[in-house]
Amino acid sequence: MSRTFLVIAENRGGKLRQVTLEALNAAKMSASEGDLIAAAIMGGNTRTLAAELSGFGADKIYTVEHPQLEPYNPETWFAAVRQIIESAKPDAVYAGHTAIGKDLLPMIAAYLKAGQISDVVAIDNSGAETVFVRPIYAGKAFEKKSFTRSPWVVTVRPNNIPAGEPVSGKTPEVIPVEYPNPSLRSVIKDVVSKTSGKVDLSEAKIIVSGGRGVKSADGFKPLQEMADVLGGAVGASRGACDAGYCDYSLQIGQTGKVVTPEIYIACGISGAIQHLAGMSQSRVIIAINKDPEAPIFKVADYGIVGDLFEVVPLLTDEFQRVLQ
Amino acid sequence: MNIYVLMKQTFDTEEKIAIRDGEISDDGVKYVINPYDEYAVEEAIRIRDDHGGSVTLVTIGPERSTDALRTALAMGADEAVLISDEGVQLDEYAAARALQAYLADKAPDLILGGNFSVDNGAGQVAIRLAQLLDIPHVGSITKLEVSAGKAAARRDAEGDEEIVEVTLPALFTAQQGLNEPRYPSLPGIMKAKKKPFARLSLDELGIAAEELAPKTVRKELNLPPARKAGRILEGELHDRVAQLVDLLRNEAKVI
Repeated sequence: MSRTFLVIAENRGGKLRQVTLEALNAAKMSASEGDLIAAAIMGGNTRTLAAELSGFGADKIYTVEHPQLEPYNPETWFAAVRQIIESAKPDAVYAGHTAIGKDLLPMIAAYLKAGQISDVVAIDNSGAETVFVRPIYAGKAFEKKSFTRSPWVVTVRPNNIPAGEPVSGKTPEVIPVEYPNPSLRSVIKDVVSKTSGKVDLSEAKIIVSGGRGVKSADGFKPLQEMADVLGGAVGASRGACDAGYCDYSLQIGQTGKVVTPEIYIACGISGAIQHLAGMSQSRVIIAINKDPEAPIFKVADYGIVGDLFEVVPLLTDEFQRVLQ
Repeated sequence: MNIYVLMKQTFDTEEKIAIRDGEISDDGVKYVINPYDEYAVEEAIRIRDDHGGSVTLVTIGPERSTDALRTALAMGADEAVLISDEGVQLDEYAAARALQAYLADKAPDLILGGNFSVDNGAGQVAIRLAQLLDIPHVGSITKLEVSAGKAAARRDAEGDEEIVEVTLPALFTAQQGLNEPRYPSLPGIMKAKKKPFARLSLDELGIAAEELAPKTVRKELNLPPARKAGRILEGELHDRVAQLVDLLRNEAKVI
């Protein structure tokens, strides 16, 4: 019997997030022939987003358009997605392991009395059952998990599962669903955007990260300049956050974010085990540190022993030159 | 204010991980209160001090979790409850269901917990619990102000900050930056020994066994492949920088 996989879409600045395409592909990778792939788009601008998503192989797209769905509020989104669930009766629900995915999917899992496998980095559908790989201890180990029963609920970590290629010749059915106007116990009063125009850390392909070696909040400026040239994001070690040089939302490590970019440039970071846990799965690691004995050099592919305040501006110029 | 804190004991974040007989080895491992739960404990104590009431700690875990609970009692919490899971592997579904059963007759005003645990890292249990109890939640908070029947919270949403107003009872999960957890004082440690400490078995919660049957199961555990130390670049600084960019383009092929 065919199953239905429902993917919860997210957008950033009116465009579908890359991680939504990754979650859609994760659903396809877990599905068998004949299974149905559906997507849920909630918020504003759903028609445009549905058009954008159409080419990626969803069979059905459910949309719920309502001003209360922007910005994300767990109560409004859950009320909307519940309508979709009632209609689609999904055997599995997928989303990105993002601020929204981390918040909404456990609600859905509880509602469906379902198991959930969070923060999935790889899927193996070759055997008798679908196996999901996820990090534990912030990537110090990996476990393979499977579901003992359906429905499934899955969140996928950005940047790990490839986004699917556009599919031609398939036009999904778009199904508008009424917003149920629930009575609300929580209200978003304000959103202070600190990252507008910046690349989100969890999805960034390139991360320039600073540690205690940046010495002050101003010390992050050359790092930000390099990140801007590379189209990347700035991160930090716990040391830099504890010292008050930057916001905790930038922290990468076992207490903080776990990131897996293509390039991780660690500037003035010694490489404590708690930081290494958060970044050592990056594809290429570059370390810039004055101390040649710093543990970060033990995991770095390329290292420059030197003062970050000399190295980083030169490196930024060099990147700028070659990227022109 | 009737405050409950969901707590878990975890490996210290500085611990290395080893696998023995297909399980994570706990040989000589130092345990701590899950760092995010520690923020929750601190916040609960502060709210109790400002508004009155009591702080009850709830842990599902093995007997060794007693140490973490005693530490949090020494910080200033009033009571502790250890729901024993000896010999049972609870997944997030079952853990949330057990907490729901425990809290069913407790009428909490506030429930606080960590944003996620640094061992399993799934971050599901607290939010599942809010849903099961049919109360609102605000996840990943960096600030919390409680007033009569209401709370205002700041929430970290991938770096953006949301200001959320919510009616109580409600559940909150703590993010770094919420507060600076206190160290237990010596008098606190002495007092903690006399504070109420309850032990419950899963049986005593009256949940049918099939309800606790895991819906997800671990098939295998691996360590990530060790990273090899790479190349320290030599020469004049300009040359090293040029060499690095060249290697990124032509060897690693990432830019």
